[in-house]
Amino acid sequence: MVVGGLAGTEADRVFHALADATRRDILTKVIRSGKSVSELAQHYPMSFAAVQKHVAVLERAALISKVRRGREQIVHGEVTALRRVALLLDAYEEIWRHRADRIADILDQE
Amino acid sequence: MPVVSSHKDVDTLTMTFVAEFEASVERVWQVWADPRRLERWWGPPTWPATFERFEFEPGGQVRYYMTGPDGEKARGWWTITAVEAPHRLEFDDGFADENAEPVDPKDATHGVVTLETAGGRTRMTTVSTFTSAEQLERMAAMGMEEGMREAQTQIDALLVAGG
Repeated sequence: MVVGGLAGTEADRVFHALADATRRDILTKVIRSGKSVSELAQHYPMSFAAVQKHVAVLERAALISKVRRGREQIVHGEVTALRRVALLLDAYEEIWRHRADRIADILDQE
Repeated sequence: MPVVSSHKDVDTLTMTFVAEFEASVERVWQVWADPRRLERWWGPPTWPATFERFEFEPGGQVRYYMTGPDGEKARGWWTITAVEAPHRLEFDDGFADENAEPVDPKDATHGVVTLETAGGRTRMTTVSTFTSAEQLERMAAMGMEEGMREAQTQIDALLVAGG
């Protein structure tokens, strides 16, 4: 059994990662084909370091993975059919976390 | 934070969710058994639920709708399959049409709720089993806050992009 603070953290990471338009765009690009961070950086009016930070957020949410190719790191999307079901179950879990909070509020108020 | 644990099984499309509350089993049972309490937590604040039919007994029919920010209604139905007050409730949960009748009675999520005393608190375990990924997707979208719904749409768009 997963106890305590671990529950929901994966869902939180996924939703946080997808809450940003640049990160959604990066993910869309790398799902089609792997791209290096420098290739990605050319598409956005921001520094290489800023793009790297966005990639790191996506990586922590396990939405992308990085593979070293020579001196570069190639970013790949990790959204398979199984992953899709896992994301949906995460979303459903999030619903229940909110429901449990509201039940606790009702019980506190009575 | 009442959440104790959760377990998700992608192969069986099942989510087990465990939460504990500072209240007796009887009081936690009432948030399920009393429709006026139930509608205070079933839907998100932006989509509050209204239960218009509530037969809380084995074989009983439940009909509800959730009202969105623009007044749109999302309707649902339950068929209660087991009630053992105040410890166990089982029901099928699906989507209903404008006449509040099931769109497809077989297209239902099965829910099992158990309440037990645990160290002076009440432990509530809900096990939700879906029949397909598509059904899970619709259920997940229905109970979501706006922000999450948007994130979910993004996930879908990404999946389409990924083929």
